[in-house]
Amino acid sequence: MNFKHKFVFLLPGLIVLIGILIFPIIFTVRLSLSGWNSFNPELDFVGIKNYIRLFTDDPRFWESFFRLSFLAVTTVFLQYIIGFALAHMVWKDIKFKRFFRVLFLIPMMTTPVIMTVIWRTFFHESLGPLNDFLSIFGVQPQWLSSPGLAKISIIIVEVWQWTSFMFLLMLAGLLSLPKEPFLAAAIDGASPFKKFMYVTFPLMAPISIGAIIIRLIEASKIMDTVFVLTSGGPGTATETSSFYIFIKGLREFQMGYAATMSFTYLIIMIISLTIIAKVLTKVLMKE
Amino acid sequence: MKLKTLISTLASVLLIGSQAAYADKWGDQFPHIAATGDIPGMCSYEEMSKKDYSGRTLTINTHAIPVMGEPTALHAEQFEKLTGAKVEVTHTPAGDLYSKAMVPFQAGQAPYDIVFGFSNFINEWKRYLAPVPQEYVDQMTDVTASHIAIASWGDTMYQYPVDGDRHYLKYRKDVIDNPEMQAKYKADTGNDLRVPQTWKEYAEMAAYFNGWDWDGDGEPEYGSAEVMKKDDLMYAAFYSRSAAYSKNPSTPGGFFFDLETMKPLINNPGFVEALTDWVEAVSYVPPGGINFGLGDEINSFGGGQTLFSFSWDDAFVAAMQDDSPIKDQVGAAQLPGATKVWNRETNSWDEGFNQAPFFVWGWAVGVADKSKNQDVAFDYLCFFANGANHQADIGIGRFGVNPFMEADFEAEVWTDIGWDAQVAQEYVDTLADMEKSTNRVFPLRVPGTFQFNSALATGTAKALAGQLSPQEALDEVAAEWEAILERVGADNVRDAYAIGVAMEDNKL
Repeated sequence: MNFKHKFVFLLPGLIVLIGILIFPIIFTVRLSLSGWNSFNPELDFVGIKNYIRLFTDDPRFWESFFRLSFLAVTTVFLQYIIGFALAHMVWKDIKFKRFFRVLFLIPMMTTPVIMTVIWRTFFHESLGPLNDFLSIFGVQPQWLSSPGLAKISIIIVEVWQWTSFMFLLMLAGLLSLPKEPFLAAAIDGASPFKKFMYVTFPLMAPISIGAIIIRLIEASKIMDTVFVLTSGGPGTATETSSFYIFIKGLREFQMGYAATMSFTYLIIMIISLTIIAKVLTKVLMKE
Repeated sequence: MKLKTLISTLASVLLIGSQAAYADKWGDQFPHIAATGDIPGMCSYEEMSKKDYSGRTLTINTHAIPVMGEPTALHAEQFEKLTGAKVEVTHTPAGDLYSKAMVPFQAGQAPYDIVFGFSNFINEWKRYLAPVPQEYVDQMTDVTASHIAIASWGDTMYQYPVDGDRHYLKYRKDVIDNPEMQAKYKADTGNDLRVPQTWKEYAEMAAYFNGWDWDGDGEPEYGSAEVMKKDDLMYAAFYSRSAAYSKNPSTPGGFFFDLETMKPLINNPGFVEALTDWVEAVSYVPPGGINFGLGDEINSFGGGQTLFSFSWDDAFVAAMQDDSPIKDQVGAAQLPGATKVWNRETNSWDEGFNQAPFFVWGWAVGVADKSKNQDVAFDYLCFFANGANHQADIGIGRFGVNPFMEADFEAEVWTDIGWDAQVAQEYVDTLADMEKSTNRVFPLRVPGTFQFNSALATGTAKALAGQLSPQEALDEVAAEWEAILERVGADNVRDAYAIGVAMEDNKL
């Protein structure tokens, strides 16, 4: 088979790739160099004007980016700890193992937006069941009205929703581990803690890195929880990058500027996640 | 002569008789208009039944059910039965109505023949909408002048009037008019308990009636329910609170901007005073009230949780329905005023009572310029707003159809659907007084409206959350408005804003 025939077989995949990945990225870059908005729907050319505005005159974008970083790192860290612990628990021979495995997966099976609406009702300060219960103890936390607690509420919802995913990956990793290192550790009389620290954890490092990176990518796009739970409020206390881009693009219809933010955000995420993956590899797989 | 008189009398009797017969016939067939039957007119049930749109398909993008979405779907079903047309209705959340129409508009497509949105979309939608044909405009003899102006740009009507909106005060009559409560309030505060005349009185009363069980239902009640959630219409609530402090009848030429210089007025002391009041209001709204959107506000006041509220008609009409726990216990009044108003020419406060109704934007609907079914579309809209449908719709709170016809300001319209006579009279007097006012504020309808309102919502939300002081927040908004003006072009904004200013200055 000559080169041309091979190319023909690659063509369908290439066309799809160009259609759904390459073209949107190129179009976004082109759009980011235009002033397209609601009153001027033109793909005109304004040079790097939007980029100058973003880097010199839009602190709100950078605030939302750092807020996002905090939320993403915190939620993924908690999901990893809890997910690993739960997976470790049902990895062993315990009663109702199968029941727990299914139970821990339920949050992931539910629709995020619907669950967030339910959480919003749960956290509702005057009508919600949580404060109704807490009022017995004389406390009425402002779950969604206080800037600090609103962030914690988002973290709670995200951790509840996505720990299942981490649990699933970690359990799959644990089930695939070889038995020999554990037998050797048992023969050496290693305690459960030492067995975990010196056998399980190092063996799980590659899958841990993969799971953390996958979740970080997902968490960095956090939008639905913020949109439904707090709308970025109170004030701008829970506004994340994706929510801010959504407001500028689809609420204010500043398409050109929203494209600038999206592209910049994409570049920042590619660089940061590459660095994070390298650091994690270095730290977790040093042995 | 006698024969002629006899014939004309007989003809009149026959005509009236035949209309009555139609009324019975259509009322029987369509229970929605059972109370009135058909009402003669260009787009009555009788007239629509004479049209044949078989084989034609009309597509509509409207709001989610129930507000505006439910009447759209109901009248679509009726229209189908009468004309044979097929009507496809898509329901969209309020926040996405603009973009769902705008994206195809900008791409040169018309997936929807009819698009529902809000009246302040007009500036940016008008280039994509078909003007309402003159024959339809001519039959709108009962639509109020202010709502004709809101639906039009200059002399051309682009939005078909189906709804009329304004913000006004809603209060609990069983508290404010209660002699025992009045005596208690007087004893405790030294002031009279009455319908608040100013925002300061509103705040004092709301704070007093906050956090205790004043209606004896075993649950604490609160002072006020307001739309405070960012990006959920909160900017409209802020304009309502600002009008009395900032709309000075002696300084025409702009409420949002100085029309001459296009300098934003949003951070002048009038607006700052209003925002200071609003920040104080956080202490007398129900727990979580800082996150109340419109739906929460309606449910909170309508559910009997608060003494006051102010926004659109929906909450009031819902509170007056038979299933409401506070039916006939609510009153309506114009938005509170202020004892001073900022004068931007003298840079000082003018002392004296000032009140300024806010004709906030409301539901609006237009026909896509690229639609191939414009004839069917305009007939549908005309049918939607015909006399019988309108009278039935305005009595159902969840429909979101509010008064915009002169006839709506008659108390009988409301007593006929079971309202208490005093409540009905107070309600129509409030609406009529707003129509008559010469110191009105109309919504911002300029290129970039969404950007201006979004910047305001962000700034005021920061103040409510304690992130910035009122002055800092509004200075930030003013700076953002300057930046938007620079991007959009101050002259472009001025040209559009001049129309709104002319309405406010009673020149249109």
